[in-house]
Amino acid sequence: MRQVAVLGVGMTKFGISEKTNLEMFAEAGLEAITQSNIEPKDIEALYFGNCLGGFEEGQLHMAPFAHAELGLPLSVPATRFESACATATVATRHAALLVAAGVYDLVLAGGTERATTMGTSFATRTFAMASQAQYECPAGMTFPGVFAMAAHMYANKHGIPLKELKKHMAEVAVKNHYHGSMNPKAHFQKEIDVETVLGGMMVADPLQLFDCCPFSDGAAAVVVAEAGKARDLVKKPIYVVGTGQASGGPLYLQQDLTRVRAREASVAQAYRDSGLGPDDIDVVELHDCFTIAEILALESFGFYDFGKAYDAATKGETALKGKVVVNPSGGLKAKGHPIGATGAAQVTEIVEQLRGESGPRQVEGARIGLVDTLGGDFGTVCNIILRS
Amino acid sequence: MEYKLTFDQYQKGLDRGEFLGLRCNACDTFTFPPLGTCRNCSGTDLEVTRLSGQGILRTFTVIRVAPEGMNPPYVVAMVELEEGAWVIGNLVDINPDDADMTLIGKKVRLGSQMVKGDIFSACDSRVITFSLIAN
Repeated sequence: MRQVAVLGVGMTKFGISEKTNLEMFAEAGLEAITQSNIEPKDIEALYFGNCLGGFEEGQLHMAPFAHAELGLPLSVPATRFESACATATVATRHAALLVAAGVYDLVLAGGTERATTMGTSFATRTFAMASQAQYECPAGMTFPGVFAMAAHMYANKHGIPLKELKKHMAEVAVKNHYHGSMNPKAHFQKEIDVETVLGGMMVADPLQLFDCCPFSDGAAAVVVAEAGKARDLVKKPIYVVGTGQASGGPLYLQQDLTRVRAREASVAQAYRDSGLGPDDIDVVELHDCFTIAEILALESFGFYDFGKAYDAATKGETALKGKVVVNPSGGLKAKGHPIGATGAAQVTEIVEQLRGESGPRQVEGARIGLVDTLGGDFGTVCNIILRS
Repeated sequence: MEYKLTFDQYQKGLDRGEFLGLRCNACDTFTFPPLGTCRNCSGTDLEVTRLSGQGILRTFTVIRVAPEGMNPPYVVAMVELEEGAWVIGNLVDINPDDADMTLIGKKVRLGSQMVKGDIFSACDSRVITFSLIAN
């Protein structure tokens, strides 16, 4: 297998946008292409992520239209990926795999989402379509509901009073909003405090509004290339040194929701690929769709023993200048979560961190970063380890 | 290979008050709700069997912001059946505002209720319900 690197990255501001899915993707894609010192005609394949375009704009089959927006050559295949919230991570991983295998030298991967056109009630319905339609959806399951059940199970399993767990979960939101306040592309750039989180509207007991990431619009894209080519084109290529992806099936098969088995399998692949382990990681962009989700992820990575990560944010261990900096971008919580774009935005943040370009939220001396994205109700997890 | 226990057959079972699952002849694991293969060993030597309809509530939430078409608040729970499989459904016969951590570990009896499908659903369907059993 050949060595693979990320050249250029690009993302729109995340938030509420008047631009179409395709317009946002064109902005992000052209930024990534320009930053790579190449032209659209140099791209050999487009791996395009989008989840809910059919409901957002009445648009399916968006990949060839994205191809046209970017002016890619006729012979370049454009393929849509859909893995719920992990969509763009899966697209990026497959780009890396095909470059590693020698099929392509230069691939553009990423995604776009315009979730806010749907409004909360309809968006909650369409997001729930990523749960099993026959055996889960009819019970009125929602994504906050899934992680709410995980939070209750976590409190029960580890003997932590729910009230105490909720305070520590709130600290995750406070930390990620603090990071987001330094990110000009974040959906929310305002700091919050624990009282704000604990005073929020209840969404799915015990998760309150500020335990939850927002519905967002945005796009992100990355150029993946063979490493030799990458070194010829840019000063600081960032190497893809390990990837993993695993599939957990429907929620009713998960049983213990405090253990995300697909993540444990996925990150094990990425560690094995890279020859690295939890102690080597300097910076992480992980899937904090809900505050409890960040806690579960830290344990799955082996950063903490099971039942021990719940107060990591409270102790400052995961904030800037902490032991391992988690979600310096603000995470899904503050940066926002346009689901089809999220993975590529996580890769973008890690690449910029490893190049030392992150300004006030720069993790000093970061050399190795981990990307983690979870799709659906524990159904898909994808990880990418990057190194400067 | 013919699908052993379809959603339609499973639904007809619920209509009759039966909880139909699959028992694996290779490893004795019960798969419920049904899948194409045994959830433990991926085996295909499966037998349709009736489950006891009793289990332990393992976790829950109260949905307060619901998908379009649903009427919150309502309780969603996960239950571990006596036969070892876990299932998702609605805890009924309780005021959602009274749902708290003491529910975890309680014995429940399964039932089902009809839920109207929306424009995106293939059909109306029965969804599993749970009722607390007095200890």
